[in-house]
Amino acid sequence: MSKPVEQLVGNIVFIIFIAITLIGAVMAVGLKSIFHNALSLALALFGTAGIFIFLRSEFVALIQVLIYAGAISIAIIFAIMLSPALSIKLQKRKLTKFLGASSISALIFVSFVWIFNKTPWNVSNNPDVGDYSLVHLGETLITKYAFAFELISIVLLVSVLGALVIASEKEKAPTQE
Amino acid sequence: MYNDLNVYLILSAALFSIGIFGVLMRRSLIGVLIATELILNAANINFLAFSRFMDVDKALGSIYSIFVIGLAAGEVAVGLSIILTIYRKFKTINIEKMNQLKG
Repeated sequence: MSKPVEQLVGNIVFIIFIAITLIGAVMAVGLKSIFHNALSLALALFGTAGIFIFLRSEFVALIQVLIYAGAISIAIIFAIMLSPALSIKLQKRKLTKFLGASSISALIFVSFVWIFNKTPWNVSNNPDVGDYSLVHLGETLITKYAFAFELISIVLLVSVLGALVIASEKEKAPTQE
Repeated sequence: MYNDLNVYLILSAALFSIGIFGVLMRRSLIGVLIATELILNAANINFLAFSRFMDVDKALGSIYSIFVIGLAAGEVAVGLSIILTIYRKFKTINIEKMNQLKG
């Protein structure tokens, strides 16, 4: 494939992934039903995985689909569906709260974009130079950055144990019969 | 377009702002948890974009992203169990009704 055609196709696919991500994110906070929110979150996370492929991080994209779009979304959906009262809650929204929240988030967005345009990032001239391979990632993770590896192991162990302890019922819950 | 750092930065800023809006706006605890996931994703996009376009070890961005994804998994596990416990105790997950710690 010639270079301009490749660029054009790449741009189109990139814009599609950006649209999936942003539409999913807006629906994840905008829709009223909490179940639809969880499904839209999975959509947004899937779009983000596509963005990661454009950043040449295929492994992280794979992990994103497996853990985020797979496990985390399913955990949230399980929690919603296993407790019927969580899913049928209607929310009334106050206009003042909406205006406050939207103005604060718009202010944050505008200031971020302003900072990005102000800052002279020392962008690399040829970003394709460098070892993107999974072998290099694995070797770096368990040699030079072994502390991050050990830390996340302990965090995961403690959080799983803590979740079990918190969620276990001490007294008998009222049964639904 | 996909070789421009600014596009990724603006995309992650948009995701972050949507997440902040959700945290401020939602009243159900699960909605707040979902919005927090969006914020963590914006951080991931930033890590990977900077590691792609700057002169650093290319494994660094991936390592930090995996770290953040692991943290998010732990956060969801603990958050959902706290939400279920709160629901069992108070019979609601509306965050405006939970003001026992206000004193």
